Amino acid sequence: MRIRTNDLILRTTTSIIAFILLGFSLYLFFAGHNKPGGGFIGGLMTAAAIVLMYMAYGLETMKKILPWNFRYFIPAGLLIALVTGIGSFLFGQPFLSHTFAYFQFPLVGKTELATAILFDLGVYLTVIGITMTIILTIAEDDEEPASNVE
Amino acid sequence: MTNLVILPIIIPLLAGILVAFFPRKLSIVRKIAQAVFIGNLVIAGYLFYYVKQYGTLILETGGWAAPYGIVIVGDMLAVTLVLTTNIIAVACAFYAPKSLSDQQESYYFYTFFFMLITGVSGAFLTGDIFNLFVFFEVLLMASYALIVLGNGKVQLRESIKYLLLNLFSSMLFVTTVAFVYSVVGTVNMAQIALRVQEVDQKGILTTIGILFFFVFATKAAVFPLYYWLPKSYSVPNPVVSALFGALLTKVGIYSIIRVFTLIFTNEPGLTHSLFILLAGLTMLFGVIGALSTNNVQLIIAYNIIPAVGFMLMGIGIFTEESLSGTIYYLVHDMVIKGVLFLLIGAIVYVAGTSDLRKMNGLIHQYPLLGWLFFLASLVLAGIPPFSGFIGKLLLMRGALSQEEIIIVITGLLSSLLILFSMMRIFIGAFWGEKDSNSSAEHKSTRAFAWPVAGLLTLSVTLGVGAEWFYPTIQSIAQYLMSPEIYIDSVLKE
Repeated sequence: MRIRTNDLILRTTTSIIAFILLGFSLYLFFAGHNKPGGGFIGGLMTAAAIVLMYMAYGLETMKKILPWNFRYFIPAGLLIALVTGIGSFLFGQPFLSHTFAYFQFPLVGKTELATAILFDLGVYLTVIGITMTIILTIAEDDEEPASNVE
Repeated sequence: MTNLVILPIIIPLLAGILVAFFPRKLSIVRKIAQAVFIGNLVIAGYLFYYVKQYGTLILETGGWAAPYGIVIVGDMLAVTLVLTTNIIAVACAFYAPKSLSDQQESYYFYTFFFMLITGVSGAFLTGDIFNLFVFFEVLLMASYALIVLGNGKVQLRESIKYLLLNLFSSMLFVTTVAFVYSVVGTVNMAQIALRVQEVDQKGILTTIGILFFFVFATKAAVFPLYYWLPKSYSVPNPVVSALFGALLTKVGIYSIIRVFTLIFTNEPGLTHSLFILLAGLTMLFGVIGALSTNNVQLIIAYNIIPAVGFMLMGIGIFTEESLSGTIYYLVHDMVIKGVLFLLIGAIVYVAGTSDLRKMNGLIHQYPLLGWLFFLASLVLAGIPPFSGFIGKLLLMRGALSQEEIIIVITGLLSSLLILFSMMRIFIGAFWGEKDSNSSAEHKSTRAFAWPVAGLLTLSVTLGVGAEWFYPTIQSIAQYLMSPEIYIDSVLKE
């Protein structure tokens, strides 16, 4: 048996830093249209926040907090991205045509909403799904060898 | 509706994504896969009809005009190859449940299968050289997953070689695209072609052309770069080998045809005579490989290589007749390599071994399988009524008209040796006394036989009904000889 170490400092800072990371990743995701950022880097940053939680709290706790199978994020993200492209068929436009409009919102005021953000959402989910699948598959591999058969 | 041309790419993609949600519900996934591939075949058939009737179909994705956005170009060559791809995919979709174990199928086999078809169709249809690279990667990623599916020890070893080599050639591809972009300032194929013509293909552009040739020659297994192919194509499951053998090398050949009939056409003395030399060596070395082994899967895998040599020879000679020979041979070879890999899969299944020396007298128990294989061998070797003959005849006539005698002799000799290597399998595995003790139990091969028989019927029709197909093939060759039609239709000038 390994001696249980007390990683109070790591866990306390993680619970703060992980939220800052998640917030920053969402900022990057939405900033992508006009500033550096976008679905890819936003997804990677979100995955980094989750990996930080996993390192501090271990696999069991993390599965309790985030009880999703990240493997389904990959097809879900691809589906969103593809359906955004196919959506233009309904309006008789070529594949992957995008459109935008301006809306008035109570807090932020006049905002440009583009369908490209939906495509980016697909990229975002796919990147999270792939990163987490890779890391968790390798992590689970030596802990419980039988689990990869499911 | 120009969106029709992208449907063969996005239908398999969509289906692949959907089946990834429930990979373990095999009975549903199989039904979906078969239904989608049949539907996709119908759409590809309609696309073929439409393009034949109304001319090249061009989709400007996102509504951006040609040199700025990505164009999907459905010309006759591309849609013919997409149609052939889908025919093979249907046969493989029906063959797969029998050939793969349930566990292998449940590890996302159908998703990767769909992605492979997406990549292949995309590579045929794209009109943008960087997009071609992306679709190459799509199909290669899917093929990496398919080659290790089942994780046998030998598969792991071969997949590392396959992966390393393809990674290297992909890196070279990106580098070459960077070179071409730095010289002509565009990645749209039509505009590259236009600008290369304008500057009369100076030395650096010919160098870039040869670099492109090396990239595609690695994918297509041309002479000095074929060494990775035979082993890595013979180790995965037969249905995977059939997909690889029928589709992947042909994408490389298609890219060579596209790049060297459209873009780099101004220095034929340099580039195209290199092709003829390499084509001859490819034929000889491939067929020598096929004769060197007793592993039946390896024999079929080696037989891909001389076929690549034949197709390259047609590009090298570069007359209308030889190009139509190349295209005829390309379609013929896609179908027949599918047939042969699927048949060999069935033979290995019933014999329980892939060693030719341990097989004997299978014809007594499996007459259908035996005669199908015999017919497929004749088609491959190019015996007159069949499709291999027409393609080779056109190639030989093209070569004779350009007085390339040596390549004609090499081609005929290698045809003879191909027939010999196939007959070795037929004689070794099917002839002989009925062996009473070893293969006593009779295994059902019906599920194997139907997809194979369907493909083989098509292949025989392709040869017997050559008069029916030839005008289409000839018009494609004429189209390829005058690249300005492609450039004008894409850039709308």
